[in-house]
Amino acid sequence: MKNYDEKTINELELTAVKIRKHIIEMLYRAKSGHPGGSLSAVDAIVALYFAKMKHNPKKPDDPNRDRFILSKGHAAPALYSILAESGYFPVDELKKLREADCMLQGHPVCYCTPGVEASTGSLGHGLSFANGVALAGKLDNKKYHVYCMMGDGETGEGQVWEAAAVASHYKLDNITAMIDRNFLQIDGNTEDVLRLESVYRRWRSFGWHAIEINGHDIKQILTALDEAADHKNQPSMIILNTVKGKGVSFMENNVDFHGVPPNEMERNLAIKELTLLEKKLEAAL
Amino acid sequence: MSKKTMVNPRNAYGKALIELGKKHKNLVVLDADLSKSTKTIMFAKEYPNRFFEMGIAEANMISTAAGLASCGKIPFVSTFAVFATGRVYDQIRMDVAYSKANVKIFATHGGISVGKDGASHQMIEDLALMRVLPNMTVIAPSDATQTGQIVHLMAEKVGPMYARVGRADAPLIYHKDDLKDIKIGEGMIVKDGSDLSIISCGTMVEPTIEARSTLKKQGIKARIIDMHTIKPIDKKLVMKCAKETGAIITAEEHSIIGGLGAAVAEILADENISCKLIRMGIKDIFCESGDPATLLEKYELNEKHIVKNAKKLVKN
Ligand SMILES: Cc1ncc(C[n+]2csc(CCOP(=O)(O)OP(=O)(O)O)c2C)c(N)n1
Ligand SMILES: [Mg+2]
Repeated sequence: MKNYDEKTINELELTAVKIRKHIIEMLYRAKSGHPGGSLSAVDAIVALYFAKMKHNPKKPDDPNRDRFILSKGHAAPALYSILAESGYFPVDELKKLREADCMLQGHPVCYCTPGVEASTGSLGHGLSFANGVALAGKLDNKKYHVYCMMGDGETGEGQVWEAAAVASHYKLDNITAMIDRNFLQIDGNTEDVLRLESVYRRWRSFGWHAIEINGHDIKQILTALDEAADHKNQPSMIILNTVKGKGVSFMENNVDFHGVPPNEMERNLAIKELTLLEKKLEAAL
Repeated sequence: MSKKTMVNPRNAYGKALIELGKKHKNLVVLDADLSKSTKTIMFAKEYPNRFFEMGIAEANMISTAAGLASCGKIPFVSTFAVFATGRVYDQIRMDVAYSKANVKIFATHGGISVGKDGASHQMIEDLALMRVLPNMTVIAPSDATQTGQIVHLMAEKVGPMYARVGRADAPLIYHKDDLKDIKIGEGMIVKDGSDLSIISCGTMVEPTIEARSTLKKQGIKARIIDMHTIKPIDKKLVMKCAKETGAIITAEEHSIIGGLGAAVAEILADENISCKLIRMGIKDIFCESGDPATLLEKYELNEKHIVKNAKKLVKN
């Protein structure tokens, strides 16, 4: 297993803060969108695009690329800003999120934005799509790996469990799925809305290799991604224990920021907090 | 121009549910993690025992509602229009329509005025999907007052029903007294006119009334029909409009395929009535993210375009 040095980790943490700042600015400008679930998903997606996945922003259609499918499409601002910072399109485009005639739709669309693999926004589809990509990879003897991120509330959809069964049945070890386990959906806490209890045991019982980690700890994320990629004959599930709204104090664990953007005061406060963190990380670098 | 009173039809739905909950002890409500948006939360607070939070699992919710209905409950089921129809079509087909179950599907966030969430969330096929199902009644109320009345009628009448409203606040068109005689399946002549008839439903009714004033100043007399029930459609009224005005515009926040415009066209064809027709709606494309007013202009679904089409139709 690979060992990640402090500098690599530190740089990724810094990137994650930068992405969080983008998210706040984008949603503030668009006056709509989903801060909570975008912020909680950032660290894992940053680790994927900036350290783990084989991908080339200049060749988004490379048949051998690793794929990331954002099943929880409402976290589009996280994906878009990471794609922009990776070089798939100019960072300036982020300003136009959710505007008419713009490549950045409210929810991801595969042909609108370079780097977006699947059109999502209706929850519950992504893992099935990922299975299709993984099955094609096996058929074509390709070495690429398929990643998919879902929300915890999203796993209420029956389709997720149909997909879970298929990935396990076909031993799709070229899939690593992740659940953003932030314990919140829209109507409240996941355990009050529709009890999930042990996400870990559920996926284990469906024949998956399950790993549970702190979803904001870059080192743990990278280590888990390596373990998952090396695991044979089973698909892997990484349960990311996260905080909805992570990085902005008043958004953290606050269900009201699921689908409500920051107003001007909130945006200023959020940017201030994130800039402070950014400075601290830069100093440590 | 007088200032319009804006009321959200979703609030009218929530309020009607509370009234109905008091009246009908067998009325139950189900939602799929969107109760704050659909306003079923208002009922949930009042009658927590008769509210079932079903989580993000719409297909399961529909079939569960059918089971509840089979035991004499009156289930109202709510989520966004995309998830209330397309996501669960087979469950509705088997367990609700085919089974003639007394399930009331009340969807919010229909049409493109949903805006910035984008085409994934802008449902423009629901009226078509529901209309094609035997036994299904399909309704699109036009303002908050009518929504409240319709929800009451839905509860009183037995059978599978689908109703949809938009996301946005909507100008009030009616006072409660205007709707004393409202019936599911009967269109309303809101304003009379002899040059053409504008038949619309849901969010499009109010812009057609605005368009009528503009047309009037230009010497064109438009009849305004609020066709809140798309199925069973008020065939008699459509035929009357065709014969008396000889020109019809239909307007809906929906695909031009399969919805209100299609229903009107079918009547004209079936009855062999010669009548000019323009169907306004989304022209067989997925739209995009954007501010609702910008989208309605870009996709030609506002007062301005109704006026333009009316002039075209009357001039020819
Ligand atoms: C099929 C479907 N049903 C409902 C919705 C509306 N919706 C959008 S986000 C959301 C809650 C998602 O919760 P979760 O999966 O936990 O995501 P996160 O907490 O990461 O934002 C819901 C119900 C949807 N997009 N798709
Ligand atoms: Mg969640």
